[in-house]
Amino acid sequence: MADAMFVGLSILTIGSAIISLESKELLYGGIALAVSLLGIAGFFVILDAPFVAMFQIAVYVGAVAVLVIFTVMLVRSPNTVTKRETVKRKISGIILSLAFLALFGAFIGNSAVSQFSFSDAVPAVDIKEIGRELLTYYSPVLIVLAFTLAGAIIGALALARREDIEEKNEPAK
Amino acid sequence: MNQPSDFLIIAAVLISIGIYGIVVKRNALRLIISIELIANAVNLVIVAFSRMLPNPQGQVFVLFSIAISAAEVAVGLGIMIIAYRFYKDIDVTEYKNLKN
Repeated sequence: MADAMFVGLSILTIGSAIISLESKELLYGGIALAVSLLGIAGFFVILDAPFVAMFQIAVYVGAVAVLVIFTVMLVRSPNTVTKRETVKRKISGIILSLAFLALFGAFIGNSAVSQFSFSDAVPAVDIKEIGRELLTYYSPVLIVLAFTLAGAIIGALALARREDIEEKNEPAK
Repeated sequence: MNQPSDFLIIAAVLISIGIYGIVVKRNALRLIISIELIANAVNLVIVAFSRMLPNPQGQVFVLFSIAISAAEVAVGLGIMIIAYRFYKDIDVTEYKNLKN
């Protein structure tokens, strides 16, 4: 059975995930997204993965959620309040998500996954082992990932650049 | 003690919330939030199985996945900002240049 910590974290995560989509103000949605990502980091701590939890907090809560909140602030106010959705679309969305949930629940209930269990006998994954994997077998992946991140950041900067104010900043000839 | 299927159910609920957001919401920022929720649910499943086996490679893949989705969000928000500059709106139904 699930313990109290797990139940609390799941209520926090799922509740703030719903709030992040359903809140009227987009700014509160961004903050609720940060709380939900923190809840996922808590799940990682429960699963004996403190390094991944730290990475999650640093990248998701520290960068992604803050980036979303900054974008909310860049966009003018009438756009940050949700317009009314059509009821038909809302109902079909709820039906689709419930159908997915039922399908996935049937998969979990009927497969051997429900008989798996975490054993306390085997020790949790050591952080040193993760570092060794990252720097030996997966080191090409790490390098490619670094270039991907750099390329994405440069691409985002180039996309968001404004061409119309460029002439003003150039020195007079 | 928690079982792996508990974490799978939590991940399934998060994915279905994300699907609901993608289907219903038309605000570009909400779509990005939904995509983030789905990506996080997948990471949760991978870490749960990595704890069960136990195998460090699952956690290594989750680290890669987190970095990739950070890059994806940066590009997505950059595209959204220029779209806002063109259309003065972040509602995706207003972006009609690619239609027809």
